[in-house]
Amino acid sequence: MEEYILQMKNISKSFPGVKALDRVNLNIKPGTVHALMGENGAGKSTLMKCLFGIYRMDEGEIIFNGEKVDITNTADALSRGIAMVQQEQTPILDRSIAENIFLGRFPTKKYGPLEVIDHTKLYAETDRLLKEVNMDFDSRVKLSSLSVSQMQSVEIAKAVSADAKLVIMDEPTSSLTENEVEGLFEIINKLRDNGVSIIYISHKMEEILQISDEVSIMRDGVYVGTWPAKELTTDLIIKRMVGRELTNRFPPRNNVPGEVIFEVENFTSIDPKSFKNVSFNLREGEILGIGGLVGAQRTELMEAIFGIRHIVTGKVTYKGEVLKIKRPRDAITKGIALLTEDRRATGIFGVLSVADNVGIASLDNYLDYNFVLNNKALEKVVNENIEKMSIKTPSSKTQIKSLSGGNQQKVIIGRWLANNPDVLILDEPTRGIDVGAKYEIYSIIVDLAKQGKSIIMISSEMPELIGMSDRIMVMCEGKVSGFVEGENATQENIMSLATKFM
Amino acid sequence: MESNKIKDFLENNAIIILLFALVVYVGLTQDGFLTMTNFFNIASNVSPRFLIALGVSGCLITKGTDLSAGRLVGLGGVLSCTLLQRVDYADKFFPNLPELPIIVVFLAVILLTGFFGLLNGIVISYLNVPPFLTTLGMQTIVYGINLVYSGATPLGGLRRDYTQIASAGINIGLPQPIKYLLIIAVVVGVFFWFLYNKTRHGKYMYAIGGNEHAAEVSGVNTVAAKLRIYSLAGVMYGFAGFLLAAKSGGASVNLGLGYELEAIAACTIGGVSTTGGIGTVPGILLGVLVFELLKTCMQFLRIDTSWQYIVQGLVIIIAVALDIRKYTAKK
Repeated sequence: MEEYILQMKNISKSFPGVKALDRVNLNIKPGTVHALMGENGAGKSTLMKCLFGIYRMDEGEIIFNGEKVDITNTADALSRGIAMVQQEQTPILDRSIAENIFLGRFPTKKYGPLEVIDHTKLYAETDRLLKEVNMDFDSRVKLSSLSVSQMQSVEIAKAVSADAKLVIMDEPTSSLTENEVEGLFEIINKLRDNGVSIIYISHKMEEILQISDEVSIMRDGVYVGTWPAKELTTDLIIKRMVGRELTNRFPPRNNVPGEVIFEVENFTSIDPKSFKNVSFNLREGEILGIGGLVGAQRTELMEAIFGIRHIVTGKVTYKGEVLKIKRPRDAITKGIALLTEDRRATGIFGVLSVADNVGIASLDNYLDYNFVLNNKALEKVVNENIEKMSIKTPSSKTQIKSLSGGNQQKVIIGRWLANNPDVLILDEPTRGIDVGAKYEIYSIIVDLAKQGKSIIMISSEMPELIGMSDRIMVMCEGKVSGFVEGENATQENIMSLATKFM
Repeated sequence: MESNKIKDFLENNAIIILLFALVVYVGLTQDGFLTMTNFFNIASNVSPRFLIALGVSGCLITKGTDLSAGRLVGLGGVLSCTLLQRVDYADKFFPNLPELPIIVVFLAVILLTGFFGLLNGIVISYLNVPPFLTTLGMQTIVYGINLVYSGATPLGGLRRDYTQIASAGINIGLPQPIKYLLIIAVVVGVFFWFLYNKTRHGKYMYAIGGNEHAAEVSGVNTVAAKLRIYSLAGVMYGFAGFLLAAKSGGASVNLGLGYELEAIAACTIGGVSTTGGIGTVPGILLGVLVFELLKTCMQFLRIDTSWQYIVQGLVIIIAVALDIRKYTAKK
């Protein structure tokens, strides 16, 4: 047997203006889980897209399964036994699991001259595959009725069905709960035992160290090296990824929580499956972390407080005044801001400029004669925010979609700061952002708390939740399952609260 | 890098460059094309079409569309004619109608078409019917209403003070006076430029086109913004119909047929993106000019009118294809 199932040698790829990959090497042993790490923009995804036939590399060679290959499209990659579970899945929601898995290669049978789809075989084969990825589902079920993690399992089943020898997983856990991650790891282990190799891309250190056999690290389009996972620690990985020592993952928290200024009482959603009877309060200058598994209805709760979702009961009191919030505008005028979870879906205006993205929520403050926009004053605030948060952008007129994820996030934080809110609700503020930018965002959050602003931060990353919060409220199945003071918080006590009603 | 930039420029402005070449060709080969008379002629043709394109641009920038534009132009024109005929005209639509002040008729026309625009906006915002289907339905409804109202009678015999809005102008010493039509186009253009760049409404409009959900979360009242956009569009169609009827000295129910497509094409040629959030007033003006020049060039080259339709249709498809290409090629 060959020593390596896949060898990528001296791969280079340029896009107009940037060299995305510069003579990168990657060697994958058969039947191993190989983590590929690096900050956003390090070239991981580009390398994988070259392998999977989405991009054409400029130079280099790929040796797969002992032969030199030239993969020109994804169908070619699949037929050779390379499958990819994409970071953003594109399932066909209104069709069945079976149709999603076998789309484009349905099993057929012949009726004389006619070749028709063999539905019996299609469903039987799908049932077998689903069993293999530990999914107890009818293959006729529509994709739209599945959760995100279940859809991902379907993607993996698709990879298995193609008899893949190598499966690329690009940030497979970014939207999974801890339980679901465990489920995914079981599947990965099963695949590995069957001799399949897995390239695993993730930002989550703890996971990488748990699941992978070897770790390759890239930085700025250059291959840094490969190490056995056993020899690595989180700090070592970060050091090699950013090329410098990162002594602390979190900035010192020197904010001092004051009096209670914001109270949420008895919030119950109009949707019986969502949050129920949630009450909590928030102090001036406090960072309140909200923990829980995905599906704990944390996002839904915050969106309801902000006026995006409907409630049956619930009262918000701010500095003694009961707020009537029916739509986001009501919340905004009262000094509340919400950084939504899904930056692309509900955060950025992709085609608009950085300036327009910052200004949109606070235009009311920059009017002459109550009507004409004072573009000069607006521009000044925009530039102040760009500077204050060290947003890296060629100019304030650049389209936001051309910035990195971390910078986009800073722009949206800037949008809310331009409004000078007193209560900031941040929903997964560092999702999909690389290590360096995460630290910057943490610093901004602590800084805001220090200025007396009150922060609510939903986070599914335990270290972040523990490292950043003065206090943590944990939710489970739509209900508050408990509060933990920051200094007493551990992964264990948060997890036990997060699963309390299950 | 440099050759890439040139290629990008050529690709992004392909239609405009081609039409510019066509204009130069026609100018050199055909007499009477590069003359002051022809210039003023084109300018007064562009004016009402510019108003229609400005109206529909708000719908396009917010990822919608408005297919009822042409029929509303027709309704506006027909209504204007029925109310502004000469008292002594034999075939008068309302034989006993006294002479109404023009401004009253104008306001009635734009209020009516603005109301139909508002209806479009209400159906789109509150009933969540896709703009394409809402305005397609409205197109047919408005045509029906126009038939019921006018009984398909061709209307003529317009008052001179009304037709002069289109034919007369201000004399500033040029061989021809500056037509009111041209002045109206400039004033309305400046108004839209101001609206799109200097008001919250403009910023909200671009934001809705960029990402409607994000706009809502940012406190934009998206329903109100869309109602304003579609109503204003309706007002512009009525305005254009009022001018077009004055210009041709009459109107029938077929006035404005297909104008929505011309306007959408002009917007797209002028850089209004069908994927939303992008578009400027100068761009729209350029688009309308280019489309009008295309038609004039074809007339000067004595291309058969049937063929002119085919060419216009092709230009629309190519313009949209090139626009979409800008956004897909860069992934």
